[in-house]
Amino acid sequence: MTTQTLDQAGTPAATRGARIDCDVHPRLPRRLDLAPHAPKYWAEMFDYRAIDRQELMTYATSTLPLRPDDPAVQADAAGLARAHLDPMGVDAAILNVLSGAHAAYDPYLATAMCEATNRWLAAEWLDRDPRLRASALVPFQNPEAAVAEIERLAQDRRFVQILAVLGGEKPLGRREYWPIYRAAAEHGFALGVHPGGTNRHSPGQSGFSATRVEEVTLHIQTFASQVASLVAEGVFNEFPSLRVVLMESGISWLPGLMWRMSKDWKGARIEVPWLERPPIEIITQHFRVTTQPFDGPTDPAVAARVLDQLPDAGMLLWSSDFPHRHVDRGLPTGLPEALHPGVRGGNALATYDRLELTHV
Amino acid sequence: MTEHVVCRLDEIPVGSAKRVSIGPRDIAIFNVGGKLSAIANRCPHEGAQLCLGRVSGSARADRPGQHRLEREGELVRCPWHGWEFDLATGKSYCDPERMKVRSFEVSVKPGDTLAEGPYQIETFEVSVRDAYVVLTL
Repeated sequence: MTTQTLDQAGTPAATRGARIDCDVHPRLPRRLDLAPHAPKYWAEMFDYRAIDRQELMTYATSTLPLRPDDPAVQADAAGLARAHLDPMGVDAAILNVLSGAHAAYDPYLATAMCEATNRWLAAEWLDRDPRLRASALVPFQNPEAAVAEIERLAQDRRFVQILAVLGGEKPLGRREYWPIYRAAAEHGFALGVHPGGTNRHSPGQSGFSATRVEEVTLHIQTFASQVASLVAEGVFNEFPSLRVVLMESGISWLPGLMWRMSKDWKGARIEVPWLERPPIEIITQHFRVTTQPFDGPTDPAVAARVLDQLPDAGMLLWSSDFPHRHVDRGLPTGLPEALHPGVRGGNALATYDRLELTHV
Repeated sequence: MTEHVVCRLDEIPVGSAKRVSIGPRDIAIFNVGGKLSAIANRCPHEGAQLCLGRVSGSARADRPGQHRLEREGELVRCPWHGWEFDLATGKSYCDPERMKVRSFEVSVKPGDTLAEGPYQIETFEVSVRDAYVVLTL
């Protein structure tokens, strides 16, 4: 059992005050960024095919009208430090690249772009600020190559997580992805799931949404299906040390899913007999959710009741979602003060085996 | 403890179940391969009759995809939502300590032993030639 209650006496004093931002977005690498980190064939393809932006971005090509981004603040490590890490007193920040490299249909192009992106992250970001960590992009379209990339990065402990797209070709619990999870678990990587996907923004089983407001709201459908898939297919039976971090997922829907899945497990467990515990216990142990953007009500008292529905507050990890402009980059409204230290950093340290705060 | 003669044995053939009532109690008696067991008939979930459930074994798997059936004939699945109850103990698989039904002692006795003695024969006559199902509660 690795979950940690935030205010428990055993929390190491040295980590009590840590601030770990679990979802920060650097700018997207363009072909000129990636070419130096790619084999010649792929450098030529990036350039000749003008692959500056993936057609299949892991978010909508235009994020307007929701968020007018300021490109300057995420242009490089120094800009990120000035705009965010320094003023917020961040001790460690996990970078998530949402370029869509890992959502390309061509498995070989995806492999080349993922590796080049990881090399670019290391050279242009991780090498330039000791506070930075990263999620590695790996091609789920090509599990063998994804495993090779995880093995390549295993020695670089600044990569703490493997990033999966929220909406892929198949549910994340499917066995064809297990080699990726085996390698991730063996080397202590968490599995991060962030909105975006290969399905051109279809949010769920009812088809394609017409508007942005539907799309962002309905991400929770896909998150719910991925949680159910990872649990039901027995991923945590096979890889008991694996932890999954849901980013930009919101929080309020998760207790309902846990209750419902545990209820239905009682009668339907016969088809998944490897689940010997109610899903609520498995989900509590293995899943974490980041705080920003928080989807709870604005009334702090009501929000507190929503948060209290999580079986263990150790599931909550602070994220700013920088640079996307949410009203509050701090902690969710209504979060009891006793839980602040854990959510700000203690829980992340208990979640990410590879994350150590050597410079604090 | 009182012994109640509830029916003739041939009213519960092998592989079947029968619902009997003793006062306010609804009891399901199962005959699995000639072995009788008796548990409360009402599922604690939403009240379905367990005597109408399917008697089977317990699904187990050491790893995903390695399904097997264990303890064949030792569990009944509720006909409404599939919750499983152990016929011997009345305990559910999903929450054995909190979600369970009462189990009862059940036996078979020849009619000639029932002609006398402290038995409550409620609704039928006992023939010395038949065997009878006796519940103790």
